[in-house]
Amino acid sequence: MKTIEPTPTPRAFLSFATLLVGVCGIIAWRYLPQMDSYEQGILLASTAGLIWLGWRWPAQQVFLPVCATLAWLATGLYAGDLARAQQSFWLKYVLASQSAVMWMCVLFVLATLLYWIGLLRRSITALSIASGLTWAAAAAALVALLVRWHESWLIGPDIGHIPVSNLYEVFILFCLITALLYLFYEARFQARNLGAFVLLVICAAVGFIVWYSLDRQAHEIQPLIPALQSWWMKIHVPANFVGYGAFALAAMLAVAQLLARHGILASRLPSIETLDEVMYRAIAVGFLFFTIATVLGAMWAADAWGGYWSWDPKETWALIVWLNYAAWLHVRLVKGWRGAILAWWAVVGLLVTIFAFVGVNMFLSGLHSYGKL
Amino acid sequence: MTFPRSSFLRALLSLLSSMRFAVSLLTVLAIASVIGTVLKQNEPPANYIVEFGEFWAGLFDAQSLYDVYHAAGFLLILLFLIVSVSLCLWRHTPNLLRDLKSWREHATLDSLRALPHHAERPQPCEREHAVTTLTAHGFRVREKEAGQVWLVVGKKGRLHKAGYLFAHAAIVVICLGGLLDGNLPLKLTELAGSRIPEIRDLPQSQVPAHSRLAASNQAFRGNVTIPEDGIADVVFLNSGKGYYVQELPFAIKLNRFNVEHYPTGQPKRFMSEIELLDRTTGKVLRQAEVEVNKPLNYAGIAIYQASFGDGGSALRFAQHSLASGIPDSTLATRSQSTQPVNLNNRAYQLELGDFRTFNIEELPVDNASSPAGKMATAFTRAQSVRSEKHTRNLGPSIQFKLRDDAGQAVEFLNYLAPYSEEGQLYQLTGSRSDPGVPFRFIRVPLDQHGGPETFLRLRTTLLDPAQHREIARRTAAKAEAGGGISTQAQEQFRAVVLGVLDRFAHGGFPAIDRFLEEKVPQAQRPTVAQTYLKVLQGAAIDAMDVAQEKAGLKPLPVDEQQYRFLLDSLVASSGFFEYGAPVWLQLTGFEEVKSSGFQLTRAPGQLLVYLGALLLIIGVFCMFYIREVRCWVRITPQGTLLAMTANRKNNDLAREFAALSQALTGDIQP
Ligand code: HEM
Repeated sequence: MKTIEPTPTPRAFLSFATLLVGVCGIIAWRYLPQMDSYEQGILLASTAGLIWLGWRWPAQQVFLPVCATLAWLATGLYAGDLARAQQSFWLKYVLASQSAVMWMCVLFVLATLLYWIGLLRRSITALSIASGLTWAAAAAALVALLVRWHESWLIGPDIGHIPVSNLYEVFILFCLITALLYLFYEARFQARNLGAFVLLVICAAVGFIVWYSLDRQAHEIQPLIPALQSWWMKIHVPANFVGYGAFALAAMLAVAQLLARHGILASRLPSIETLDEVMYRAIAVGFLFFTIATVLGAMWAADAWGGYWSWDPKETWALIVWLNYAAWLHVRLVKGWRGAILAWWAVVGLLVTIFAFVGVNMFLSGLHSYGKL
Repeated sequence: MTFPRSSFLRALLSLLSSMRFAVSLLTVLAIASVIGTVLKQNEPPANYIVEFGEFWAGLFDAQSLYDVYHAAGFLLILLFLIVSVSLCLWRHTPNLLRDLKSWREHATLDSLRALPHHAERPQPCEREHAVTTLTAHGFRVREKEAGQVWLVVGKKGRLHKAGYLFAHAAIVVICLGGLLDGNLPLKLTELAGSRIPEIRDLPQSQVPAHSRLAASNQAFRGNVTIPEDGIADVVFLNSGKGYYVQELPFAIKLNRFNVEHYPTGQPKRFMSEIELLDRTTGKVLRQAEVEVNKPLNYAGIAIYQASFGDGGSALRFAQHSLASGIPDSTLATRSQSTQPVNLNNRAYQLELGDFRTFNIEELPVDNASSPAGKMATAFTRAQSVRSEKHTRNLGPSIQFKLRDDAGQAVEFLNYLAPYSEEGQLYQLTGSRSDPGVPFRFIRVPLDQHGGPETFLRLRTTLLDPAQHREIARRTAAKAEAGGGISTQAQEQFRAVVLGVLDRFAHGGFPAIDRFLEEKVPQAQRPTVAQTYLKVLQGAAIDAMDVAQEKAGLKPLPVDEQQYRFLLDSLVASSGFFEYGAPVWLQLTGFEEVKSSGFQLTRAPGQLLVYLGALLLIIGVFCMFYIREVRCWVRITPQGTLLAMTANRKNNDLAREFAALSQALTGDIQP
């Protein structure tokens, strides 16, 4: 099992941090009047968080500025007029949020194909191209979300809101976060061929996004219903999706591990210990963020619904997901379980998570009234 | 800490504090929660019987499956969880603390050599150097000398163990807070029999004392709906199949309820302007605005905007009798009220429902019909984030029921504002006798003055047998004058017109259909139907003239628009045969009174729950991301030994060990 410690170069990191502080300053200067004190707090905390991310993961020192620059270019091209999405060449074919989403979809599918080619043919070239494509797809996703945020403000000042308010938007967020988590572990463990598995779950999400947009016009920006007009949304939803993304990643590694245990692709995949270790780490990260998200959700519920816990189906299923992974971690850490059974359990965990994520919206009614299919 | 002597007690306690027991509890908790989300909770019993049948519904009820989260069993699981985790903490904490304090400076050479990470070399290392190196690597250090042996012991990452304490204590704290805020105390008083939920639908003031809870109750969560200018000093708590009346320490007065809408018609903001009043003096204690996501906190009680609706608006109706000879009249009443009314000399009960000011309707987008065209449209639409949906506001509406003396009810939905389609205005009125089916709407065409009078005049004339001769005479004469029929045939044609009018007057188009089916051979039906329709359309023009003359008004010129009006009138007249009421109650005016629904909670455990949540997050973080590492540098004149261990073994530890040994002795080989 090889791991590569990031070796941050202080110079690059310093310029990255300075840049982020600068951007934070510009945002504060331009939008301060529209922000309440909570939102100012969130801005500061996100800046700090991103600086920390850049420290821990130097690739972000390039990724984040590139995405931000592209999004900034898009806002310039819009020049305050949403109709320019159809007139400006760059907006129409690359930078408008919907174009960026379509690029994201295409790039993720291509990356998946190349990961599989690389895995089956043992081709290092294919794998590095796949890795690059995944980075590009993640960039497209982040740019899409940032530009979409801007577009919502162009539709109307009272309609502008962070794009994490419905199922369509959070699916893009899911693709972005799962891809980034994967890229992190890929670099850390020098395990490029895992992408073949992890990107399958992203492709499923991509399929959903395409269907949801073409068949249901879910990409259209709707104003926020009063229940969602809260700064809590800005932190509750992203925290949740780090959890979902990590659990999905873990489940796909579990699938790889189970195949390897049966001798399928075993010679092409990293060792079972590596697969196991990454799966454990992903679940640990996911569990931490899911805990935070659930607590934030409870605090939001206390503001919006009059109680921190109402046994609303979404809340209850979040609890079930949480209990499931708590049990998983217990048997691993306390009882020392290892092996196929934990891998199977991680797969089942993803099914439970998927139900909590989309199934509840489809089959159960409750207070989480958004995102009905 | 030691457990009690008795072996039974010891076994019980060790079972309760075991992880197996905890995991089983968590599993049961999860299953109970799943049931709660799959079975809709707290619905009227009839719904369950419809869904599952008598037998299963009764069985589920006996198991409290309709109110899982408040069922005694569920609370019991939570209690067990508290006990189990507390015992677990009680059992483990002393060891844990001892371990935290300990430096393990008695480690023997053999035990150090047994550690997976250890290395030795023959030169003794400087004591000072060992101490500074360990300190530089973040270790806290203690030294021990025994004869010729110097042991430098280091440890770091104490928070890892603390994390275990935090996370598990957090579970206890959260459950305690939850139980405090839940209805456990109420359940206990219910068990003791001193409180019984009320199941009848009574005015609040008549609810008996044993279903009322005093304002001193420390934890509750209840709802109340207040009309504008209304005052409430209680809230209602759901409890199983009934409810409790919870007294409040103050009264709430709703001054105004405001709704703002986005340009698309979706609601944007719900806001209540309220005043809190002293219950005895009526003095204003606090004036505030309550919004969704912005509750008001007062005296330990949080007041939330929960819902809104009609608060009993003043309504005015025009009563248009659908039988001839009974004059129109008006009716003034309130929404959400029930009153006896006399319609066409029959007694009815008028049960008014909610008055709604806005009725936003989504208009369909026209889509291409071919699959390829559909795909192309979808792709074009996918490029733009601006919503293409068109909506329109149908304006205020009122829903009500008319119940006859046999208890049969028909439901109606009437709109106030005219509905415009291709330049013609209509009044919409819908009816249904089965609440499970959609309303069937009648579109009453409105005249130049925007009223239904012209239509009603025409309808009365069409349905009045006394006018049929005159109408038929004029139609036949016109037909002859126009050269459509010969003079000889005029008599015969008049008979046809009379027949059609007579059938229409006895049931509209369906009556004509029935006649055709009974009397005309199938092969000729389409032609005959065509002819009848033409005849009826022609007769409608003359009926309109007759109606105008009778009312002393000028005849209406027949242009394209008037022709359409006449056709619409025929359709509407026919529709009223199946309307289900002898009178059309046309909504003509209103003064809106809104109501606002509030949820009030007193949750003393909330702080505890938040504290627990914080502990939990810190605890989980510490458990997963802080590594507890210990290391030993054993220095003798013969050489140096470095050994290291951690709670979790992985590469990170191997790397740290390599770095430390490098720093300590430069060329030490593991
Ligand atoms: C849900 C959040 C929980 C988390 C994240 C959690 C995590 C952990 C972890 C990491 C350990 C191992 C400690 C160590 O060896 O360093 C542990 C031990 C333990 N947990 Fe939990 N736990 C949770 C909830 C519970 C609950 C609800 C119970 C129920 C009674 C429980 C019972 C135990 C017991 C008995 C042990 C000790 C096992 C032993 O050391 O022999 N835990 N827990």
